[in-house]
Amino acid sequence: MTLLIKNGRVIDPLSKLDRYCDILINEGTIVAIDTNIKQQRNIQIVDAQDCIVLPGLVDMHVHFREPGREDVETIAGGSTVAAKSGYTSVCTMPNTNPVIDSQALVRYIKKQAESGPINVHPIAAITKGSLGEELSEMGELIEGGAIAFSDDGKPVLNSTTMRRALEYSRMFNVPIITHAEDSTLSSGGIMNEGNNSIFLGLKGIPKEAEEIMIARDILLARLTKGRLHIAHVSSKGSLDIIAMAKQHSLSVTCETAPHYFSLTDDAIADHLAMAKMNPPLRTEDDRKAIIEGLRTGLIDVIATDHAPHLSHEKMQEIVFAPFGIIGLETAVPLIITILVKENGFDYLQAFEKVTINPCKILGINRGYIKEGAIADITIVNPGKKVIVDNNFIISRCKNTPFLGREFFGLVTHTICNGKIVYPFR
Amino acid sequence: MNGLQRKDLLDIQSLSTEEILLICNSAKYFKALFTRSIKTVPILRGKTVCLLFYEPSTRTRISFELAAKRLSADLINIAVQTSSVVKGESLIDTVHTLEAYKADFIVMRHAASLAPHFLSRNIKSSVINAGDGNHAHPTQALLDAYSLIEKRGDIEGLHIGIVGDILHSRVARSNMEIFKRLGARVSLIGPPTLVPDEFTMYAVDIYYDLNTILPQLDVVYMLRIQRERQQGSFFPSIHEYHKRFALTNERLKRCKNNVIVMHPGPINRGIEIDDEVADSPYSIINEQVTNGVAVRMAIFYLLAGGAPLDEKEVE
Repeated sequence: MTLLIKNGRVIDPLSKLDRYCDILINEGTIVAIDTNIKQQRNIQIVDAQDCIVLPGLVDMHVHFREPGREDVETIAGGSTVAAKSGYTSVCTMPNTNPVIDSQALVRYIKKQAESGPINVHPIAAITKGSLGEELSEMGELIEGGAIAFSDDGKPVLNSTTMRRALEYSRMFNVPIITHAEDSTLSSGGIMNEGNNSIFLGLKGIPKEAEEIMIARDILLARLTKGRLHIAHVSSKGSLDIIAMAKQHSLSVTCETAPHYFSLTDDAIADHLAMAKMNPPLRTEDDRKAIIEGLRTGLIDVIATDHAPHLSHEKMQEIVFAPFGIIGLETAVPLIITILVKENGFDYLQAFEKVTINPCKILGINRGYIKEGAIADITIVNPGKKVIVDNNFIISRCKNTPFLGREFFGLVTHTICNGKIVYPFR
Repeated sequence: MNGLQRKDLLDIQSLSTEEILLICNSAKYFKALFTRSIKTVPILRGKTVCLLFYEPSTRTRISFELAAKRLSADLINIAVQTSSVVKGESLIDTVHTLEAYKADFIVMRHAASLAPHFLSRNIKSSVINAGDGNHAHPTQALLDAYSLIEKRGDIEGLHIGIVGDILHSRVARSNMEIFKRLGARVSLIGPPTLVPDEFTMYAVDIYYDLNTILPQLDVVYMLRIQRERQQGSFFPSIHEYHKRFALTNERLKRCKNNVIVMHPGPINRGIEIDDEVADSPYSIINEQVTNGVAVRMAIFYLLAGGAPLDEKEVE
């Protein structure tokens, strides 16, 4: 199949390309990038008038709940949501039931994703059962197709275990993704500790629970020369510590999620459990620091931490409701609205965080637009408004504090491996 | 203004000062009924009040029950045993059941903060918060404000000290809100583990030494201390807590000679308050209980659309 994307503004963060030109795709590969490529016969034209044409987006942190909670979300269902949201690659976190800690389970995820619209890369557990005790069979997991390791959802509390994980994984050159939380400090907490938690009488999670663990893991990365990637950074203090690590040229990268640059803990009073996630929404100071961290490149990646929960699980007392919100479908609208429109990011700066940067960290040969590259392309109309309502959200789970909000940035096309996977046929 | 122009009573913060004073003024009328031989009035006849208690409570539940009965309401009492391990019907399903019963008022007590707020958004009935987690206990704050107004005529200018476990106290939060609103100076006294600095956002002062501040206080409001807090390392022992923060007979002597001693109950004799103090003429702890019924009657009456009551009717 041959595809021609016309009239779009092509943005490629790797080559810093930002230019109006056409892209010709043949047999899953980008074959030409040029102004005004001639229309041939038997060619499908995609008109990208008023749109930006990006490398296919990559989300290195999603929860698709399969195996174990297929009633909430599946790999197939999650992949469809991701395609609609502009993503051509996602990495699934291993905190399913069972936890992804064996080669057979990694293969199962790859198998389930095979017939899906996009690329799914499994992240496997650091420790068996993510219990934080014994290392999982990392070599076997890599052979099965695991792309990184994480006990996401839980910290690796034991410092020696974390040390060994960072050391042992060096021979595979893959990152250890830390869920940085000192759970002895955060235990029982519902929301960020601060004025709002005191006012609402809800048990707080101090940002220090995150910062202490980030500091520890960075020191262990220094000790071991292992590769550390820090998931869902939410506080200013965390960024100060990460900046120090980067100054010392340690192999440390990090990600934040769109909600940390869009909302603060003020949202809890209005949205109750719909604004409950871990780490929790912090203060305006933190939100601003996250935006600046993205601007300067201190933060490498924007990942959604897409965490579906059924309506009845969230529709209960905030204390009992589970942590987490969905994030795929609101990611592009939030990047365009909050980062580009409100904070003056250019497209290269904003979209490197969801294209080439995660690919570099994970060793995925995608995330850029170049002749000869795999044809993963996302087309976004940044001037078009979207209303986040039950029609817009196709995910079965609607657990988001952005319900009812209006943003700029509509994903018009997602092309994965040279095929249009969104709009759906 | 005709009654309270609102569906729910969830916290003090959402009430205007006028509404607070309206409730206190109306309570006077209902309190006057208590000295009559027939204490009931037909104000809520045909209305259904549901007491939905997710946390064990005797005092608050009985106070609401008596208030509803004295207004001739029909009463449903639902006590739900909950723990994080054993969970029964979800709150949202309970809500649908109550909706089907056509309850006019739901009085809710819940160990989880914001549960009544969640309930109120999902039901047409009036929701009255009878205490949610560590968050709010507005009817307690209203009855305490009423009790002080009754005693002193006005709260403005009083220096009120709230002593003890502020962090885990919904009473402290609602009371500092109402006392500040009515013009009092409020000081919080307790160890830093139980009185975090964030409370200064209420424009209150924080003291760690009860002895120093005690002679300046017009009102000493003691909070119940829970032994479990010792396990959470909030303080090392009841022994040390008592020594530093209990209102002892000895400390009472350092107080102003017209000091008012209050406590939301139930009191821990010998722990945060000594026998002699609780039973002294300075203590209005029992008066608080009586006033609780009157204030809750006023709240039902006003939420049901009752008009402000004037002084004459009080006679």
